[in-house]
Amino acid sequence: MSELFPDGDEARTLARLHERLARAADRDALLDVGYRLVDSPVGPLLLAATEAGLVRVAFDGEVREDEVLQELAEQVGARVLAAPRRLDRAAAELEEYFAGRRRRFDVALDLRLARGFRRAVVEHLADIGYGRTASYSEVASLAGSPRAVRAVGTACALNPLPVVLPCHRVVRADGSLGQYAGGPERKRALLDLEQH
Amino acid sequence: MAPFEQVVARHGATVLRVCRAVVGPVDAEDAWSETFLAALRAYPELDEGANTEAWLVTIAHRKAIDLYRAGTRRAVPTDEVPEHGVLDRDPTAHDPVYAALRTLPDKQRLAVAYHHLGGLSHREVAQILGGTEAAARRASADGVKNLRTRLEAS
Repeated sequence: MSELFPDGDEARTLARLHERLARAADRDALLDVGYRLVDSPVGPLLLAATEAGLVRVAFDGEVREDEVLQELAEQVGARVLAAPRRLDRAAAELEEYFAGRRRRFDVALDLRLARGFRRAVVEHLADIGYGRTASYSEVASLAGSPRAVRAVGTACALNPLPVVLPCHRVVRADGSLGQYAGGPERKRALLDLEQH
Repeated sequence: MAPFEQVVARHGATVLRVCRAVVGPVDAEDAWSETFLAALRAYPELDEGANTEAWLVTIAHRKAIDLYRAGTRRAVPTDEVPEHGVLDRDPTAHDPVYAALRTLPDKQRLAVAYHHLGGLSHREVAQILGGTEAAARRASADGVKNLRTRLEAS
């Protein structure tokens, strides 16, 4: 029955129907997570948001897109859909940041993916000003546990909102770069960007 | 549980074909949209082991009935496809197979659509349409036979 499977303009029709579905889902508040991909000077970024705010930023290559979506489905809710409009604000702010026109982010954040001490750490990352750096032990003090230096390293590595919550500004006490979930090249690129 | 995006990516095309065969080119996109919106709503309650495609086709069947009842609008002759609002050509609108399919008696049309386009087993088709598995198998076979006759005659 192969003649029952014409392809024609099907891909475009399905893309349009998907867009219509995302709009209706947003209108009816049915989405646990909406996401979109954006380009950036440090490569494509996946942005995901709940009703409450931006919940995840992931570097392409850090983890695969389908793995990020699977994690979101398990940790937030399975109603995950590409819904670009929900990310308009976050995408615009990131574009300004990468163009050197924005020094801090105002978009609403949903920190549910960082719990306990990890949350205390990522909440204090924004205290490190644009263009500056802090050591892991300084961040440990900011988060209220001066001796939890290693735990700060883990919290930064698992930061659900890199770039927006600037874990790239956390470096080793001797001034060397240290680790970065997106790889040391991206960390260097972000720190360089903030020097201009 | 898989992210819903994956459900749309995997089954979107199949559900569109089923909708086109069952409600025709005019209402197919509304039927698809309502099917996936209802599926999104109910998705968290879907059993992990469930056959997602059969679940979607079942919802599409209900939405098709709703559209049919709501309207006065019914599967229209293929030369009355409106151009307004439709950005992409519906490849089935002027397809002789789909045109012949839409002239079949309801039960045969639905059995062919759900089995051959939706990929459902005859048992799953029977669950949607009522009746026995054997009756669903027969309706599908009769449908294909009639389809052949009509295509050869045209």
